[in-house]
Amino acid sequence: MSNFGTGSRYEPKNTTNGEERQLTGEGEEEDEEDEEGNGRGMAAWERAYADERSWENLQEDESGILHAIDNKVLHHAQYRRRIRSLFSSATTSRIQKGLIRYLYIVIDLSRAASEMDFRPSRMAVVAKHVEAFIREFFDQNPLSHIGLVTIKDGVAQCLTDLGGSPDSHIKALMGKLECSGDSSLQNALDLVHGYLNQIPSYGHREVLILYSALSTCDPGDIMETIQKCKKSKIRCSVVGLSAEIYICKHLCQETGGSYTVALDESHFKELLLEHAPPPPAIAEFAIANLIKMGFPQRAAEGVVSICSCHKEAKVGGGYTCPRCKARVCELPIECQICGLTLVSSPHLARSYHHLFPITPFVEVSSSLVNNPHHRLPKTCFGCRQTFLAPGNKSSFHVACSKCNQHFCLDCDIYIHESLHNCPGCESRRFQSK
Amino acid sequence: MASITSKLYSDDVSLLVVLLDTNPFLWSGENTTTNSLSFPKFLTHVFSFLNSILLLNQLNQVVVIATGLNSCDYIYDSSSSPTTVESLENGRMPALCSKLLQNLEEFLARDQELNKDESPPGIASSLLSGSLSLALCYIQKVFRSGPLHPQPRILCLQGSSDGPEQYVAIMNAIFSAQRSMVPIDACVIGAQHSAFLQQASYITGGVYLKPPQLDGLFQYLSTVFSTDLQSRSFLQLPKPVGVDFRASCFCHKKTIDMGYICSVCLSIFCKHHKKCSTCGGHYLVSCKISGFQV
Repeated sequence: MSNFGTGSRYEPKNTTNGEERQLTGEGEEEDEEDEEGNGRGMAAWERAYADERSWENLQEDESGILHAIDNKVLHHAQYRRRIRSLFSSATTSRIQKGLIRYLYIVIDLSRAASEMDFRPSRMAVVAKHVEAFIREFFDQNPLSHIGLVTIKDGVAQCLTDLGGSPDSHIKALMGKLECSGDSSLQNALDLVHGYLNQIPSYGHREVLILYSALSTCDPGDIMETIQKCKKSKIRCSVVGLSAEIYICKHLCQETGGSYTVALDESHFKELLLEHAPPPPAIAEFAIANLIKMGFPQRAAEGVVSICSCHKEAKVGGGYTCPRCKARVCELPIECQICGLTLVSSPHLARSYHHLFPITPFVEVSSSLVNNPHHRLPKTCFGCRQTFLAPGNKSSFHVACSKCNQHFCLDCDIYIHESLHNCPGCESRRFQSK
Repeated sequence: MASITSKLYSDDVSLLVVLLDTNPFLWSGENTTTNSLSFPKFLTHVFSFLNSILLLNQLNQVVVIATGLNSCDYIYDSSSSPTTVESLENGRMPALCSKLLQNLEEFLARDQELNKDESPPGIASSLLSGSLSLALCYIQKVFRSGPLHPQPRILCLQGSSDGPEQYVAIMNAIFSAQRSMVPIDACVIGAQHSAFLQQASYITGGVYLKPPQLDGLFQYLSTVFSTDLQSRSFLQLPKPVGVDFRASCFCHKKTIDMGYICSVCLSIFCKHHKKCSTCGGHYLVSCKISGFQV
């Protein structure tokens, strides 16, 4: 007799159908004695099949022979595709980017979010990655604001208002993770449209919808809502978790956003984090404006004052608003008393690399590399890693077109994704042509 | 073998990347502060300090990058395969000095060759952004080398004044160091404080010091900058005081308390303008943004 009550602890990965899982679960219970254990008690060799899916690291070539996939080169090729798509339009001219963004994240908490094709459930995976996304977003866009909206039981509700502090959003999100009912795209768009109409005209209005459901239950004509959003210049993007849906595709096409569907958890994370850097801006969408901001100085140590954010007396630390002299705890923030936006110069400096991006490095052609007549550098300029792979052949690497220094693949990824400075160009005062 | 190495790799193994300022204008000029410390004397202080770092722990590593006037380059790497012949007698110490000096001489000769005729006289700034970028690339390589690696930190021995044209590049390097949790320490040996290095140390959690008496430089280096990151939590190190984070306006270059920011290119102005000088955006209305509810 098999135990039905305990359920299946060993879940096969590839099934999305609940019934199928139930049946195989029962089968596994009977084999419990034979195996080392399921779930927690698995031996390492079993984990390689159950958790890591080691068969996916192999691919066949034309003759049918299996090879292991070279992850490093694949990773680099992926990264190059991404960079190339970002720089596809004229690399010499600088694309205007929307730096002051007001972004609403719409999280679908309908019945479909409890599906377990993403472990442990779609909702949990979405919440985890949205937390990472919020932190990354404020890191890259310190002057922007985020708001959270959830869709549950066919109704859209605002979870948090547009604000600049990551912790309050994350706390609110983690507290409310239950899903039920249908999903309604139109209600969410209506709600967000109402809120985004109130923001200043220099801000870029964006919506990021994380959609798990395969349908939408709308009270009216969603096409009208889409046109309304388009007229209000709201850029809507969708990251789908199940399959491609026409209405989402139409929404994104009309409003100029991007529509992507995630294949698995790591792909979802990648797609989500693509929305963190500022998207190319359409000039008419936000009117250029001069925003008054304050640069507070740090208050002297040992000074006692009442902090305007917590409403209690604090000693030392903190910053003083230059207009109304109220004390605030952290930056960037809007002064509660007089409403002046308070920032420090590093916050502005965080966005400068979006305005002055470095051009992608070019690949060094292998024919040039192995030609003994050309004396090319043998080590990466950035990290002094040697290019010579075993066999004395120079491995694949890249070079900067401006300073002609050679870099290894890892430095290339680090320079373009995190550092935003070319070490070669920065280390030469006079660029030799 | 692997288990023995993991026992040796305790928390206090450090990788120290030293950025040496070799700006000839700084060292040969009429600067009154550096008159008390000539370049050879400075190097003896630094060599003693580097030796002491290597002696503190068998697994410590030191990398020296020279910040020149026209170029930056690696001068010394303690983990690169040593020419074992000279190091047999007294450990690694003589090899460090001679190798470092040799590489430094070659670097200075190359740097001088890169001088162009139209370079302005006076104390020009050295290429700090270049050497910071090189240091960070090297540190990323160390992070990639596996779970057992030393704790990296950067020490800038800087004397030249800040070059405003390097502001964006230095800030990019600072934010990248902050994300990788690499502290940037600064020991300023020039005449004036360096605002860039003060910000760097504050943002990344490093130590900033301008020693009042330069002939005791080794003392400052060995008491303040030689401890590993693990031990810093229970030491009283110089605290950051008076770090000025105010911005300067683009039109007059004076620091301002309140200013106007262009929403397109984030240029800072002290007075309301009709047109942005950086991005050319025209401002239609002078909006008093009285604060959107947070």
